Amino acid sequence: MTLAAAGAGSPTVLIELGAVVLLLALAGRLADRIGISPIPLYLLAGLTVGDGGVVELVTARSFIETGAQIGVVLLLLMLGLEYSGHELVASLHTNRAAGLVDLALNATPGVVVALLLGWSATAAVFLGGITYISSSGIVSKLLTELGRVGNRETPTILSILITEDLVMALFLPVAAGLLVATGVVDTLVDVAVAGLAVALAFVLTLRFGEHMSAVVFTPSSEVVLLTLIGIALVVAGSAEEIHAPAAVGALLVGIALSGPAADTARIVLTPLRDLFAAVFFVFFGLEIDPATLLPVLPLAAGLAVVSAATKVYTGSWAARRAAIALPGRLRAGTALIARGEFSIIIAGLALAGGLDEPKLGPLAATYVLILATAGPLLTRFADPVAFAVLRARRDRAR
Amino acid sequence: MTTVRETQIPGVGVRYELELEGGEHIGVIVHRSGRRELMTYSTRDPDAVQWRLAMTPVESRIVGDLLGGVQLVENLVDMQQSVEGLVIDWLPLPAGSPFAGRSIGDAAVRSRTGVSIVAVIRDETAFPAPGPDFGLEADDTLVVVGTAGGIEAVGELLRRS
Repeated sequence: MTLAAAGAGSPTVLIELGAVVLLLALAGRLADRIGISPIPLYLLAGLTVGDGGVVELVTARSFIETGAQIGVVLLLLMLGLEYSGHELVASLHTNRAAGLVDLALNATPGVVVALLLGWSATAAVFLGGITYISSSGIVSKLLTELGRVGNRETPTILSILITEDLVMALFLPVAAGLLVATGVVDTLVDVAVAGLAVALAFVLTLRFGEHMSAVVFTPSSEVVLLTLIGIALVVAGSAEEIHAPAAVGALLVGIALSGPAADTARIVLTPLRDLFAAVFFVFFGLEIDPATLLPVLPLAAGLAVVSAATKVYTGSWAARRAAIALPGRLRAGTALIARGEFSIIIAGLALAGGLDEPKLGPLAATYVLILATAGPLLTRFADPVAFAVLRARRDRAR
Repeated sequence: MTTVRETQIPGVGVRYELELEGGEHIGVIVHRSGRRELMTYSTRDPDAVQWRLAMTPVESRIVGDLLGGVQLVENLVDMQQSVEGLVIDWLPLPAGSPFAGRSIGDAAVRSRTGVSIVAVIRDETAFPAPGPDFGLEADDTLVVVGTAGGIEAVGELLRRS
């Protein structure tokens, strides 16, 4: 097979792909200009070129679909690389209370709304996951941009994010188990197996992570890149073979790596992650018909308002326990509002697993569009609001 | 007495904070990449960074030397990041301590708690790697390395009278 033959029909693929990526570049530029996260704009870009969109992609779609899967793997791999297993355990140990409050307050709005709509219990679990989890990506970028990394409330915020990531590692396989199971016993078995598999993998990661890091590390960043992507894809694919989400496999690989291997990996993987994560958001947008968004808008907006309030309460509560004053508490609470990549990953899992709830996709998309945009904007008002409250209190005391 | 408080920032690095004699709170973040940030905290909102300055590892070493910094501390920080569970702390030796006026060997800190005294800071001067016959004085600051539990035990040992 010659190269030319292999490339038959490829000019249109390249043109379509290039056009999509250029659209994303424009979206990113616009997001930078107005100071919001690019994620909602990537989703919008996907909506405009997908089913029922302005123009429909013909040839590039299958590539985008594969790219989206790689995007999820890279997102979770990079997330795992941020923290070592020991950091996770330590964080879980000291932040159990905050983690439980976070889960109880923020999963509840999703679960309750789903049940009120008469959705199945499985769909309710998924919507609970979607409203529960903040976007680590948006929040940590926000903290850096606003110069808040050194603030005293920041460790509290980051600990909550870490706990959420761990909960996510357990949630994804359990949710995936719910999708394939049929009876009650079957479901319980699937859920137990999924939970055990993750727990076992986590223990192995803690025990043998250092050996793995030593094997992966070489001074050549090119070799590290290829080794890691190879391992992550194989582990993620094998996870899917046993009906666990690929994302969880990739997360565990990331957690297992630490030290110089992780440092090199973070540097070499970041640009790739950015590209494929953007493709992932586009793909999610592609799958959704824009006409289905408007009917769910009031619902998504209501859910956004309630679950933004519960996040603010969660963050302030945790910061208060860390002896942070009112402005810091409000900063912590508002910083956590943003939902993003993980909510979409959870919704994507439901769609891919054939969850019979046509509104879940559009609702998740609209919900993330709202909170990924509003979260970063709202947290900028935390300080003015807090100081106004403090002034008002002082005036009243006088 | 100046004490340095240390906080882990998950996924970022370690933050050190101290209060200056003038009442200002300042902090340093040692990023995992080796980058340093020097910060001051706001007076009306003590949880918020008011001003910050980012430095490369080389720049921060130069600034540290200009300020009369102790190279030792930085090496300790590196060591701490590479050894899991290792903690460094700065412990004051209060005036009423039974060890003021006695030698490090008398205190037998290492054999009792497993914690090593790697330096003694007295009147802004650091004495690195003090021997067992080094005489401790009231208001010295001991730079100690060990486990968190061990360091806690040393703190109690020093205060007990």
